[in-house]
Amino acid sequence: MLIRDVLTLTQAQIFSPDSKSSLVEAVFDIDVQIGLSADLMSDVLLAESNRGLLVTGLINPQIIRTAEMSDIVAILLVRGKKPLTETCKLAQETGIPILGTKMSMFEACGRLHVAGLVSSFRQNS
Amino acid sequence: MGQDDVTGIISRGEELAYDLKIEQVMTREVKVVAPTTPIMRMLELFQEEHIRGVPVVSQNQLEGVITLENLLQSWRRGTHDSDIVADCMDQKMVTVNTFDPIIEALKVLTQTKSDQLTVIDKNGQLAGIITKGDVTRGLLSALQRDRHSEEVKRYRASYLFEDISSDRTSLILRYHIKARDFTKGGSASSSIKRALLQLGAPPQIARRCGIAIYEAEINLIIHTTNGGEIRVEIEPHQIVMETSDKGPGIENIELVMQPGYSTATDEIRALGFGAGMGLKNIQRCVDEMQLESIPDQGTKLVMKPKAGSKEWAFIREPTPNQGTKLVMKINLQPEDTFSKEIVTT
Ligand SMILES: Nc1ncnc2c1ncn2[C@@H]1O[C@H](COP(=O)(O)OP(=O)(O)OP(=O)(O)O)[C@@H](O)[C@H]1O
Ligand SMILES: [Mg+2]
Repeated sequence: MLIRDVLTLTQAQIFSPDSKSSLVEAVFDIDVQIGLSADLMSDVLLAESNRGLLVTGLINPQIIRTAEMSDIVAILLVRGKKPLTETCKLAQETGIPILGTKMSMFEACGRLHVAGLVSSFRQNS
Repeated sequence: MGQDDVTGIISRGEELAYDLKIEQVMTREVKVVAPTTPIMRMLELFQEEHIRGVPVVSQNQLEGVITLENLLQSWRRGTHDSDIVADCMDQKMVTVNTFDPIIEALKVLTQTKSDQLTVIDKNGQLAGIITKGDVTRGLLSALQRDRHSEEVKRYRASYLFEDISSDRTSLILRYHIKARDFTKGGSASSSIKRALLQLGAPPQIARRCGIAIYEAEINLIIHTTNGGEIRVEIEPHQIVMETSDKGPGIENIELVMQPGYSTATDEIRALGFGAGMGLKNIQRCVDEMQLESIPDQGTKLVMKPKAGSKEWAFIREPTPNQGTKLVMKINLQPEDTFSKEIVTT
């Protein structure tokens, strides 16, 4: 699923890169292959996450680090949350875009899933 | 886009800006006009196509370029209905070459304050146009390829193990981690993961190592009194990652290894940690894990990553077109592999 579709489905906006930057256009075409949602980072790190979209209510820089470590390619913040300044800075540095929707986690994930974004399965350890 | 954005991306993609050629990012399908096109038609064209300039071509020869600016100038002078493109185009146009690095295009774009440049090939023929947008898109997708594909650039660093001869060569990375420093938290792990990729480790191995060392780094930040040290030793045949700290230590190793067990406070949980899954997660990512601790004295965690295949070595393999490529393979000797056991002292 393309970020373009994620934006439409969840009526989301882009926090990073800056909306004035022409990088925004490139973000539309990023392809996400699985979805994960969590508010605890270890739960994210435990899941299959390659080329994933992370849906979360957390806004601190650790979401970017976590994404970086687990090859997550984009982050969607829920419940109208806005990322911290440091989070945006790190997002810019690492090239991981941050989107935001006013929807609840449940609603956002539900819509994405119905539209075909598959769930990351939890690996048995 | 602002100059600052361009500069920001360059600082990280600097190397790419020198490596990527203009022809890799330019727009090839370019609208061109004949020198005989009436000026009146030009304005319509600019509006229809949302562009600000097009190359002027006659019999396959690049004659010049016509921009919105040229049209405005010609209007100021007073345009006649009969005026054609040849009357007001720029013959002295700024061009760049297909084979120039994109840093060159950026320099010229900035110097001339132009929106776009005409790109010519080695025979001086029109090859395309390049805009700042093309450059940033090109850099962005290159950065992404860089992060995600197996075609990650094998840097000079990868020659380390090839060219230096010794009985045992290894590369040691050390980091000091401060307690409670959440803003910088994870930056050591990020550098380690990047180093592994630069050395030619397959992305999957780099991801597992990254996840394991990140969990360990965060544990140093959250659970220690005065932070701790990370030490990663990379050898052609193995990677050993270690964290150590001077307290408070762990009373019951078996207990902390249980999934879901955590002593993290609500404050820490609000930051996204404290699921009690970190150590379990490390165990999943590595082949060997040793957790030793003496209460009040400190904790030491040793991790040896899981190998995708059973071979782990730097081997150089020729690639069809681009010189040599480095492949990292993993080869664990049977005696190196011990089961996932936890050593308690
Ligand atoms: N370096 C350390 N020093 C002291 N105690 C530690 C250390 N590392 C881990 N612990 C203890 O082990 C527990 C479990 O650690 P683990 O990493 O599995 O989970 P967590 O850090 O609490 O949560 P999560 O990693 O899921 O965010 C911690 O809550 C803490 O009590
Ligand atoms: Mg932990």
